[in-house]
Amino acid sequence: MSVGDRFPKIDGVAKADGSGIYADDISFPRMLHAKLLRSPHAHARIRGIDVSEALKLPGVIAALTGDELPLKYGVIPWTQDEQALATEKVRFVGDEVACIAALDERTAEDALKLIRVEYEVLPAVLSPEEALAHPEIKVNEKAKVGNITKHVNLQFGDVDRAVAGAAAIAHETYAYAGSTHAPIEPHCAVARVDADGNLTIWSSTQIPHYLHRELSRVLGLSPAKVRVIQPLLGGAFGGKSDPFSLEFCVAKLALKTGRPVKILFTREEVFYAHRGRHPMKMDVTVALESDGRIAAVDNKILIDGGAYASFGMITAYYAGQLLTGPYRFGTYRFDSYRMYTNKPPCGPKRGHGSVQPRFAFEVALDEAAEKLGLDPIEVRRRNFIGEEVDTVNGQRITSNGFLKCLDLVEQASGWRERRGKLGPGRGLGVAGSMYISGTAYPVYPNEMPQSGVLVKLDRSGRVAIFSGASDIGQGINTLLCQIAAQELGCDPRHVTVVAADTDLTPVDLGAYSSRVTFMVGLAAQEACEKLAAKLQAAGGATFAEACQKAEAIEGAPLAASGGYRTQKLGGGYRGGTIGASPAYSFTAHVAEVSVDEETGIWKVERIWAAHDCGKALNPTLVEGQIEGSVYMGAAEAQMEEMVYNEKGLLFGPSLLDYRIPTSMDTPDLQAMIVESNDPNGPYGAKEAGEGPLHAAIPAIANALYDACGIRIRELPFYPQRVLKLLRERGRKEEERVA
Amino acid sequence: MQLLHLFVNGEEHAVAAPGQRTLLEALRYDLMLTGSKQGCDKGDCGACTVLVRPRGDSGFRGEPILACITLAADAQDLEITTIEGLAGPLGLDPIQRAFADCGALQCGFCQPGMMLSARALLDKCDKPTLPQIQEALSGNLCRCTGYTKIYEAVEVAAGLRTPSSRAPVQSERAAASDSKAQTVTEIVP
Repeated sequence: MSVGDRFPKIDGVAKADGSGIYADDISFPRMLHAKLLRSPHAHARIRGIDVSEALKLPGVIAALTGDELPLKYGVIPWTQDEQALATEKVRFVGDEVACIAALDERTAEDALKLIRVEYEVLPAVLSPEEALAHPEIKVNEKAKVGNITKHVNLQFGDVDRAVAGAAAIAHETYAYAGSTHAPIEPHCAVARVDADGNLTIWSSTQIPHYLHRELSRVLGLSPAKVRVIQPLLGGAFGGKSDPFSLEFCVAKLALKTGRPVKILFTREEVFYAHRGRHPMKMDVTVALESDGRIAAVDNKILIDGGAYASFGMITAYYAGQLLTGPYRFGTYRFDSYRMYTNKPPCGPKRGHGSVQPRFAFEVALDEAAEKLGLDPIEVRRRNFIGEEVDTVNGQRITSNGFLKCLDLVEQASGWRERRGKLGPGRGLGVAGSMYISGTAYPVYPNEMPQSGVLVKLDRSGRVAIFSGASDIGQGINTLLCQIAAQELGCDPRHVTVVAADTDLTPVDLGAYSSRVTFMVGLAAQEACEKLAAKLQAAGGATFAEACQKAEAIEGAPLAASGGYRTQKLGGGYRGGTIGASPAYSFTAHVAEVSVDEETGIWKVERIWAAHDCGKALNPTLVEGQIEGSVYMGAAEAQMEEMVYNEKGLLFGPSLLDYRIPTSMDTPDLQAMIVESNDPNGPYGAKEAGEGPLHAAIPAIANALYDACGIRIRELPFYPQRVLKLLRERGRKEEERVA
Repeated sequence: MQLLHLFVNGEEHAVAAPGQRTLLEALRYDLMLTGSKQGCDKGDCGACTVLVRPRGDSGFRGEPILACITLAADAQDLEITTIEGLAGPLGLDPIQRAFADCGALQCGFCQPGMMLSARALLDKCDKPTLPQIQEALSGNLCRCTGYTKIYEAVEVAAGLRTPSSRAPVQSERAAASDSKAQTVTEIVP
């Protein structure tokens, strides 16, 4: 069992028998439970906070307010605008204001009601349009101009001329609703301080290294005295890739009280922590030449960011930079504004920044192709960008299996025989996409490797791998065992993985941007190759014997390290490195939908998803990533939306009111793996965890058009929206007949 | 505080707890059975699912209930099976083995509840159809898998199929459809 095999996950049994330890399963003697007081206002100045009554409640041990944690933090060093607890202003309903530690959770919760906060309520801006129109209402002082987190305007080639000379143009506006990750595990953090003042934090984070840096800076502790450990993680999807208030609060309270402290978010609080999909309004033009080639793409994007920056600077770039494949664009322009608003902060949800424009573009491409009488799959084939090629914005594409993906979904769905022939109310739609396998540059610039892996061999034949990477369910720890087995010839079941512990493991930047398999995989391969050479030179009948002989020759324990070093990639312009990746994955989906034209109620019957992951290091895990991505994309198309009232209050922050699909709502998912064997990836591998989400949404929209002739341009595709479009279509038909 | 008698995984426990103690809190905090997960604490997600049957009943382990919205005091007359009690003296339950083998476990957080719901289904119906599986698991939200590999695991546990083994498809090197060179001209930086 090695690379390419369906090796069962090494933590599978611990997850199956209930013995796996997640953050909330950790507890210590004398541990306190803390709770956060949150703002009831979307925007208000804090005139005073009085915790004295709360402190008198029996069982309350300590209170914490923002003046004790004054330093601002944030995952991107240039936009650090968050405070663990607000001091001057609150910026959304749910913003953290104060924290109470008590002997138990209920006492802490009761004590929150005794805290007096005096607010001066300020006018709030709740939409990006309002945020642009009212620069005088400053949501976040970090914005240099008005309420703009980031404005990006890039043009490649003469777009206006290309549009003017085009044979077919689709120009429409699209609206993408905000959605959230909703991992089943709520955020949780536990802190403990030893007698020497060393702080350890166990947290449900997907960025232990960035959290380590920020904790040390905000707490004013040497990083050598802070240890971050990520236990098993119960789902993340990008929702745990920022440092969060609870992590600073448990740390500070543990330092203050000398006792272990835990905070477990309620489900409601998970919705306020958010960092989910940015709502976007997009004004998209797709212009085709007479043979169907893409002459120009033009996109004006208005992004609703919420109250803090999070990864928002990157979002403003990704919204444009990641659209330029798998098709060749003749010319391209995008102009994106990421705005601060008085709502929970948006951030990186699976397919960060690029899911929304991909939806708009793939629908517009179908619409333009129809004007030329071109089949939707055919127009995508004709625009295939190829391999070993630069995109219009200067990103280097290495391997590209997109054509094979298209072939597979075309065959599997019976596209040629079935499309347009399924009868009224039933249709097929196609879409394609691409995504990064990690970003070329780290979040903070430095010359050190992005990923590191240490491998140690024992004379017993046991292999220990020390890896900084976060296994968030995607299975990187299992892949590490497979890579060790491949390179060293050991039994993958004889490998121990020590992961995501900043005291013990080398740095990995985190589980985001689909970087882990690619970068950590290469680092592990490098480390194992060094050891394999020593084992081969030593000889030996068994693996254990080879370890013993090699150790005798070495005269010291056998260990080696490997790293992933950042490559210089990307376009030579400001922002050209954002979206530059060492390899891109490609994906094509066909969706089949059925629509009841009387009611607008519709259903995704099935989605065929073919994904080029370069090389499937473990096909079972890759299929799981494809299926999970397609599910999540289909969910955004069907039902998911963060809805706020006119005061900025989130409607129904629960898993009942914020609807996510059950087994009864999820379409039949057919995942197909395509291997293009990337020249740079570990064993040819590229990403699989985010790319396959993108195409699901436009494929569904395009299938709805095939089914009943409506172009839906606003998410989610609620039945009432479908019905409204069906009625408009009916009226137009009547007018035409009349 | 009241004294509660809970029968969990074949063992009797006496627990002193406040009246509002939920079964999930009693399992996780008093008995340290942390395999039952708290995902929402209001009966929406199913991660806290445990199996219960009247005391003294033999045979199957009973019906799935949500421990987070059940008072511990109301569970005293029941025999409770948590994920820690699903494996038997012969090792893992076939459901657990199949979930691990099929890749049905990604983050794993919803799965204790999911596996117990699946066990309750197979106890009642040893050869379920896909719609029966979907219905039986509809109270357990999973955010990772799209449920596909979970269905597969239940079918494997029921002996209806073997784990997926479809081979990846190789893509050949392919040139661009359009031979026109890609030009990069930045006008507005």
